[in-house]
Amino acid sequence: MMIHFPALIVVVPLMASFFIFAFGLFQRRVCFPLMLGTLAACLVFAAGSLWAVLSAGQPVHYYLGAWDPPWGIEYVVDHLNGLVLLALAVVCLLAGIYSKTMVEREVPVAKHAPFYALFVLQATGLFGMTVTGDMFNLYVLLEIASFSAYALIGMGEGAAPFAAFRYMIFGTLGACAYLLGVGYLYIITGSLNMADLRQILPPLYQSQALIVGFAFLIVGTGVKMAFFPVHTWLPDSYTLAPSSVSVLLAPTFTKVGAYVLIRILFTVFDPSFSTTLLPATQVLGWIAVAGILFCSILALAQADLKRMLCYLIVTEIGYIGVGIACGNRLGLTGAIFHIVNDIFMMAGLFMAVGAIQAHFRTRNAHELTGLHRKMPVTSGVLVICGLSVIGVPPTCGFFSKWYLLLGTIQAEQWVFMGVLLLGSLLNAILFFRIFERMYFEVHPDALHQRREPGTTFERAAVSEFAPMVVTAAFIILLGLFNERIVSGILAFAIPPGF
Amino acid sequence: MVKDLEDVVIRTASRILIPFIQIYSLYVFVHGHGSPGGGFQGGCIMAASFILMAVAFNLNMAERRLKERTNAIFCALGVFIYAGTGYLSFLYSGNFLDYGQLSHLLPTDPIKARYYGMAMIELGVQITVMAVMVSIFLDLVTAGKHEKTPEEDGND
Amino acid sequence: MTDFILSKYNYWIYVILIMIGFYGMMAKNNLMKKLIGMTIFQWSIILFYISIGSKKGGTVPIIDPSLHPAIRAVDYINPLPHVLMLTAIVVGVATTGIALSLLILIYRKYGTVEEDEILEALKK
Repeated sequence: MMIHFPALIVVVPLMASFFIFAFGLFQRRVCFPLMLGTLAACLVFAAGSLWAVLSAGQPVHYYLGAWDPPWGIEYVVDHLNGLVLLALAVVCLLAGIYSKTMVEREVPVAKHAPFYALFVLQATGLFGMTVTGDMFNLYVLLEIASFSAYALIGMGEGAAPFAAFRYMIFGTLGACAYLLGVGYLYIITGSLNMADLRQILPPLYQSQALIVGFAFLIVGTGVKMAFFPVHTWLPDSYTLAPSSVSVLLAPTFTKVGAYVLIRILFTVFDPSFSTTLLPATQVLGWIAVAGILFCSILALAQADLKRMLCYLIVTEIGYIGVGIACGNRLGLTGAIFHIVNDIFMMAGLFMAVGAIQAHFRTRNAHELTGLHRKMPVTSGVLVICGLSVIGVPPTCGFFSKWYLLLGTIQAEQWVFMGVLLLGSLLNAILFFRIFERMYFEVHPDALHQRREPGTTFERAAVSEFAPMVVTAAFIILLGLFNERIVSGILAFAIPPGF
Repeated sequence: MVKDLEDVVIRTASRILIPFIQIYSLYVFVHGHGSPGGGFQGGCIMAASFILMAVAFNLNMAERRLKERTNAIFCALGVFIYAGTGYLSFLYSGNFLDYGQLSHLLPTDPIKARYYGMAMIELGVQITVMAVMVSIFLDLVTAGKHEKTPEEDGND
Repeated sequence: MTDFILSKYNYWIYVILIMIGFYGMMAKNNLMKKLIGMTIFQWSIILFYISIGSKKGGTVPIIDPSLHPAIRAVDYINPLPHVLMLTAIVVGVATTGIALSLLILIYRKYGTVEEDEILEALKK
């Protein structure tokens, strides 16, 4: 049964999503347990796939329909995939647990069944994008994930449908650019399989059509991963989305986009093409640097806590971009480790902010005084995730930034190194302001004034702070065991050619 | 007076045409193997017949013929048929969607079994596409107001 | 020069259509027109894919059973782009469906689908 896990991780949530949709219309209470069961099964599948890769020592291939590649679609799990897949599965399950009370607060009762169906469909798209080895299949799953995101975001408050519409226009532009890139590659080679393209493309590296196709692929992936100039869809849509949706989307969607970028740059195309023949990684590095500076400063300017975190997502993607741009093993190790870390960091941060919003109806960073007395666990999680974003040992953020810095030093990119350090400093300013307000300000209790008179403070439900605590634990564990992860998994995850 | 006559013409013509449109959609579906056609195309044509019903008569009539709940069940049923065909091959230790393994179930050889497997999934595709197209149309035409909450329905 | 345009006319058509769609998405104020621009953009990519599958002198890719031993793949046009674009058409239909639903929600809330009026309403 374990050989079927790469396919099951996509097919089981797909069918479960429609189960939830059909049964949820009759019996609403069946939705949440079904969703939880599906995501738990996906966690088992992801863990099993990674274990299969680690024990075999080489990538695991799965041929859909028993057609050999390049005629059929294949799913490949290797070290890079497997680790990202496991992180995604853990965070999707935690987001599912977290959504229990959030959904009851934010989504009208009639929409619970479609909400959970879309939730699981989004997870399908994310897992599928990570596990597939076929370029067109990646487009299909990318669009599945994107549509679920548009619809889930559109369920939010206030101007959420408008933000979702703008996200949709922008996101379709990106996906169509990706499709065009795949089309150009198909015209030249006649193949859609990633490994097959790696074999066929080298003699064609000088052709103009290939360079244009490459550019389209990079732009399309850049839109989906919220790379600097094309990130403008992210702040509005993730801020106005319901909390349960932000917790699902914010950690995962952009990181899968970053993973796809690494695949395209270094697995489909030879690393020498992406780094030296065409200075693509250099250009990406400089754009990422501009993104880190710009978005860190914009994050400082936000009063809304969730919007600040959205700009932080773009900054973290910028760090991953710098890691890709270094063009050596250390930098790429840092980038891949940062993808995994960022999944957990953003999950913890968004869960904490969602809990604060749910209980105090405010996301204003200026009104957080004395939070640690009312919500000690939430503020603790916020502190740990914040320290990880800044890069303080023993949290995992320190180690991924360490590898990124080593990569930039080895590549002798002093500007990148300076910007990485400056970005950490800006993040430190950002978070220490919040910590100070949460822990050390003693006067006026703005939070007390926010509550209507006569209401009592409701304690956070277990389903809200248990996922937060687990995420914080993972952040510390990933930091403590980083040596094992890097030498055991990431050393093999770097594509050949470095 | 003229409007009444117009209605009579449209309604009579639709009443005659709708069954033929539905049969034509099945025709397109079955011929998808050897000529242009297939599941998606057939599903769209079948949905067009329901939309014609809703446009020529009124929405209540279309609602009586194809209820909202039934539509949702069709939507899920098509996906179950598709994924179910894929899962069937798991039972015979093949890969997902490996129709060749269906030869254990159907009285044909593995090559012909792939042919029939494709027809089965196209059936699933047709049902889902029909249900989704009708559902999109109903949502847009009524601007979302046709949904009943479970409390109103007395069913929770 | 005319040979350059005439021999690659399918690429020119798709480029012009993409630019029309792109212009619609960027420059138009009405959200419905933006949506139509996006639809034109997607559909022109589908046209592009289908046009690359055709061959001079090729025929429809349906095998005549009576010809069974004498089939040469060279005689038929490439059916793979057509199959890929079936999926892309479905994706386009789903995009249009979601976009129209979102537009209905926006209209219900703001009473208009002009982008500048909505932004004005949001500023208040």
